Amino acid sequence: MRALLLRDLRLALRSGGGAGLGLAFFLIVVMLVPFGIGPDTALLARVAPGVLWVAALLACLLSLDRLFQADAEDGSLDIIALSPLPLEAAVLVKALAHWLTTGLPLVVAAPVLAVTLNLPSGGYGWLVASLLAGTPALSALGAFAASLTVGLRRGGLLLSLLVLPLYIPTLIFGARCAANAASGQPALPAFLILAGISLATLALAPFAAAAALRSQLR
Amino acid sequence: MMLNVRDLSCNRGGRAVLAGLGFSLGSGQALLLRGPNGVGKSTLLRALAGLVPCKGEVHLGTIALGDSVWAEQVVYAGHLDAIKPQLSVAENLRFWAGVFGGDADATLDAFDLAPLAGRLAGDCSAGQKRRIGLARLVLAKRKLWLLDEPSVALDSGATALLCRQINAHCASGGLAIIATHMPLALNTAETLVLSAPTARMADPFLDGAFA
Repeated sequence: MRALLLRDLRLALRSGGGAGLGLAFFLIVVMLVPFGIGPDTALLARVAPGVLWVAALLACLLSLDRLFQADAEDGSLDIIALSPLPLEAAVLVKALAHWLTTGLPLVVAAPVLAVTLNLPSGGYGWLVASLLAGTPALSALGAFAASLTVGLRRGGLLLSLLVLPLYIPTLIFGARCAANAASGQPALPAFLILAGISLATLALAPFAAAAALRSQLR
Repeated sequence: MMLNVRDLSCNRGGRAVLAGLGFSLGSGQALLLRGPNGVGKSTLLRALAGLVPCKGEVHLGTIALGDSVWAEQVVYAGHLDAIKPQLSVAENLRFWAGVFGGDADATLDAFDLAPLAGRLAGDCSAGQKRRIGLARLVLAKRKLWLLDEPSVALDSGATALLCRQINAHCASGGLAIIATHMPLALNTAETLVLSAPTARMADPFLDGAFA
């Protein structure tokens, strides 16, 4: 497991791995919002949690289509499936590597970008907490969708269509948690539901993804 | 340890590729699969690896195909070499050593890869990449080797190296099944010539999509 995690991290950081891609996309999308909406600080403050969450979600999507595709194309997926590591564990490790290279940098960058959107001071802690709890679910759900489209040419487009509806519950409660905190309302209930969604996804997605991958290996 | 295959049938894309195939292979023996393109050599190897669902009885000693420990008995090398171009030759082997166990640095010598160890796998030639892929066989130390056209892209020296590794594997009691069109200098090789099963449409709903 450790070998697979280290390999995926190393590949992401090498040329063409796309580790910085999601983060750069996140930065640009969030920076575009004030240009589009205008310098209305009160309005920006109100939309900030939602904008940050939607941008984080889209940034997560960018590197998903290569998650299994690259391994399928060079034959590594066959060999991983035959390795002593259960395929479910391999999926979980690959999703973890995706989160470490894509989700975690977003969590770190989000409070900095929140300043540019004039997020009220009460919202920062809960924004980071909600992203920290929610982005693993984005990677795990993404791994499931990526496993379904692994055999397809240009599967990335189909993957977006498959995965974005699945992201809706995470988005609703993640953005609600940060927005409630920013407007001085209790954020904990939304956070707990978000954490529940995240844990359920992490528990179920590897099994679903492994089943889909097995059917693709034939 | 004997490999016994009885009444093996396999469908691909709604077409019966293998039907009622049976053979057995003793410890220390190699089996060369021959037959025209599309006759099912690759499918047989993938079925024996456990990657393609099939019907029939396959036993290696007391272990049956489909058992959870089956994967610990076999190692498969297909048309693709399963190496990452962004990693160096040594890093590729160290990764597979981390997955399968074994000593990556010692394995470098098995296919004369030591001079390439620091080079990016993406910069290697097709034959060199094939040697990296084959080095995984030595690394994984499995009982049954399943090789699909292993000598493609190899020069005569590397082919001799491959034959020496297969012979050494068989001499230590291992089994090998090799699909090839090339003559290979193996010590104890049987040959199985596959021929196309009588053409009939298989039931697409019994294809075992999620088996």
